[in-house]
Amino acid sequence: MNPGELRNLVITTLQGIAPEVDGAKLRDDLPLRRQVDLDSMDWLNFLLGLNKALGVEIPEADYARLTTLAALLDYLQHKLKG
Amino acid sequence: MIEFRLPALGADMDEGTLLEWKVKPGDRVKRGQVIAVVDTAKAAIDVECWQDGIVHQLIAEPGQKLPVGALMATLLEEGEKVGAGETAPPPAATPTPPQATERRRISPAARKRAAELGLDPERISGSGPQGAVTLEDVEKAAAQKSVAAGAAPVAAATQSAPARSIEMRKTIAAAMSRSKREIPHYYVSEDIPLAQMLAWLQAQNAQRPLSERLLPAAVLLKAVARAVKDFPELNGHYLEDGYHPASAVHLGVAISLREGGLVAPALLDADRKPLTLLMQALADLVRRTRAGSLRSSELGAATITVTNLGDQGSQAVFGVITPPQVALVGFGRIAERPWAENGGLKALPVVTASLSADHRVSDGHRGALFLRQLADWLQRPEELAK
Repeated sequence: MNPGELRNLVITTLQGIAPEVDGAKLRDDLPLRRQVDLDSMDWLNFLLGLNKALGVEIPEADYARLTTLAALLDYLQHKLKG
Repeated sequence: MIEFRLPALGADMDEGTLLEWKVKPGDRVKRGQVIAVVDTAKAAIDVECWQDGIVHQLIAEPGQKLPVGALMATLLEEGEKVGAGETAPPPAATPTPPQATERRRISPAARKRAAELGLDPERISGSGPQGAVTLEDVEKAAAQKSVAAGAAPVAAATQSAPARSIEMRKTIAAAMSRSKREIPHYYVSEDIPLAQMLAWLQAQNAQRPLSERLLPAAVLLKAVARAVKDFPELNGHYLEDGYHPASAVHLGVAISLREGGLVAPALLDADRKPLTLLMQALADLVRRTRAGSLRSSELGAATITVTNLGDQGSQAVFGVITPPQVALVGFGRIAERPWAENGGLKALPVVTASLSADHRVSDGHRGALFLRQLADWLQRPEELAK
């Protein structure tokens, strides 16, 4: 999956939880949860959606690293290769 | 003959508009089965039947606005026969106009528009003076009728978002004004260290796949449910004839909606559910609240409410009690804070828990003891898991 496709998939998954999200307006370099109002249940459901779509397991210990969209995309890209 | 009436849908929802029947005359229904969908100011609600029976007659019509307690349908008990010539006629054959003792007041414009749309003005509920049907009521009934006919995703289609938002604010304001007018609130708060609980949670979650992970919110809810068992004066309902403590613990969970506003449906028997089950029930309740598929039994049931601001929230919250309940527990954001203990200072994850309670039933001393009990439970997460 190329980076553009992965970003689209992440945005689509996010929109399943927060329909108001506009992928074009989302900044990859700013904390995601400052830009989108996600509570802990939303966040869990978002990761669950990514897990279902990509088959990637995301341990809780890694949550702290996944602050920005860029960090999340990077993390997923690594997991998919590995 | 069983009379099926619109059940109470919580303190702040005293009427609803029938969107859709899920059953037809002759259908056998079971206790707990969803038999109708009713729209309220806050959300579309799946209305459940409270006993077994056979649908005899559907009296309320889709699009009709009904006060809580209004007769919606009649059911026959198992083995019950109806008299000759009385066998469950289709609803259309026996129109039962709403409150039809005299001719409805209706504005000429509304009557004309109703005729254009093929609606019977006798069946449109009026919001004008003395229940007069206005042009707006006709348009609304037409919209609801087309929604009901098209059925499908009811919640999404019921009311336009701005209309829902205005209704929602009015509804919340009415319930909260009533609360502040009638309930002499008092407030106490306690900072609770959560290092042990979070370490335990982390160890649990490290072994669990994403789909089975626990959130701190579920542990906090379970602790409230267990702690309040020893404080009957905080768990119950204050009605016209005084206070009625509840035997079960049904936790009202304040859930915010993406488009604004909030609903607090009940997590039934929260004290008796093992943590894993409670977490699943919570996830399900949040999902259904936001998708607009709550059940009537979840709306009037709460015996105490919990509001949890979560990890994006502020440090503490002092909530307004939802009548006829007598207490509300509030949790702020879990955050690392300085903590003094045994003459030393360290940094610990801490949550501020607050209690808003009703002075007609309890006082600050008991409220403080409850928060201490809650803090104690949160130091024993493995016991909360059971």
